[in-house]
Amino acid sequence: MSDVRVAIVGGSGYTGGELVRLLLFHPHVQITQITSERFAGKLVAKAHPNLRGVTKLKFTSVAQLDACDVLFLCLPHGEAAKNWDRYAGLAPRVIDLSADFRLRDEAAYRFYYHNNHPRPDLLADFVYGIPELHREALRDARRVACAGCNATATILGLFPLYRAGVVLPQNTVVEVKVGSSEAGNRANEGSHHPERAGCLRSFSPTGHRHVAEINRELSVADKASVHFSATAIDMVRGAMATSHVFLNQSLTEKDIWKIYRDAYGNEPFVRIVKERDGLYRFPEPKLLAGTNYCDVGFEKDPSSDRVVVISAIDNLMKGSAGQAVQALNIMMGFEETTALAFPGLHPV
Amino acid sequence: MTTTVTVVECVVCGADVELDGTTLQGELIDCDDCGCELEVASVAPFTLREAPQEAEDWGQ
Ligand SMILES: [Zn+2]
Repeated sequence: MSDVRVAIVGGSGYTGGELVRLLLFHPHVQITQITSERFAGKLVAKAHPNLRGVTKLKFTSVAQLDACDVLFLCLPHGEAAKNWDRYAGLAPRVIDLSADFRLRDEAAYRFYYHNNHPRPDLLADFVYGIPELHREALRDARRVACAGCNATATILGLFPLYRAGVVLPQNTVVEVKVGSSEAGNRANEGSHHPERAGCLRSFSPTGHRHVAEINRELSVADKASVHFSATAIDMVRGAMATSHVFLNQSLTEKDIWKIYRDAYGNEPFVRIVKERDGLYRFPEPKLLAGTNYCDVGFEKDPSSDRVVVISAIDNLMKGSAGQAVQALNIMMGFEETTALAFPGLHPV
Repeated sequence: MTTTVTVVECVVCGADVELDGTTLQGELIDCDDCGCELEVASVAPFTLREAPQEAEDWGQ
C-alpha cells in the first residue's frame, strides 16, 4: 500500500499537535507539510515538545502548501469556510476539524455562530464525522466535518436511547464538564493560571454552540431538543457528559443494557462502562487521556423514569483529532483502529 | 461428563453467559459485560442469580 500524503493546516494548536502525534505513527500515512504562520520555519517540536526527537518536520506557511491526498484543517472557526476554494484545490479529500461545516441548516448556524455562513452552498457536501453514526457515508466521503467534542460525548451517550425511541426527545438535560484544553492554546485573561486554577467555571449554562449538532443527530424518530449546559473544570484533558433522560415507557436496567449493547457491541471505540464493584464503576475521563475511546455508562433511577447517562472522552482525541484519524481510516479503507490503539494509562 | 455449552442470560445485563457440564451448583461466575458476580442457582436446568454483595466500600 503506498502512503497517503497528508498535510495539516493550522498545526501549532492543540488539535493540530494531537493530529501530528497520531499521524507520525500511522503506518500508511506520510505527513508532507504542517502549517503555522507563527512558527513557520521552526521545528514542529517547538510547539509540541512531546515530539522532540520524534520528527524533524518543520512548520511551513500556508502560502507554501503543495497538493496532497488528504488535507486536515485545524483552523480557528470561520477560517476554513472563508478560504475554502484555496484549500479544496489542494486535495481531493478534506477533513475539517472546525465547526464551519458541521451544520446543515444556515439559520441554525446564524443563531449559534452569530454570523451568516460564508459558504452556505457547501453545507450539504460534508459528512458529519462521528463514525458510530455515519460510517457508511464516511467510506465514500470527500469532505468530512469533524464533530465538536462536547457534542461527541453527548451524542454517543444518548444516541442508542433516542434511536430506540424510548425517551421523551425534548426532556433531556445534559451537563458537560470539560478540561481547559478545549479552549485552545491562545491565552486570555480568564485562562491566566491564578484565575483559572481550581475553578469550576459555568461558562455556558445555555446557548452552547454544540446544541445544534446534538439536536440534529438525535432527531432520529422525533425532533430532539436537548437542554445543555457546560462547565469548565480544573483538568487539562477530558470531557464528561452527565445526561438526564426521561423514559416514555417502563424499562429495566437489563433492557437498557440491551439497547446499548445493540448499538455499540461491535464498536472498536465505544465501551459500556457500568460495574457494581471496583474503583472505576462509571466512565472516568482521567483514564481516557490520549485514547480514542468513548466510555458510556448509565443508571436507572429506581424511584422514577429518569435514566442518568454518563459518557466520557478525551476532548482532543475522540473529541477531535482521534476521531478525525478514525474518519481518515474509514475513508481510505484502512483498519479503523490504525494509529489509535493506545489504551491509556493507569495509574495516571 | 458432558461439555455441551449452554447459554444463559446474565440476570443483571442480559449478556450471554456460557455454562457447561463442569459448572456446579453454587459456583460463582463473573459476567464479562457488566462485571457482576453471578451464582449458579441450579444446574438442571441452569439458572443464575446475583451473588450476595459484600459491604460497600466506595465513596466520593
Ligand atoms: Zn451481566
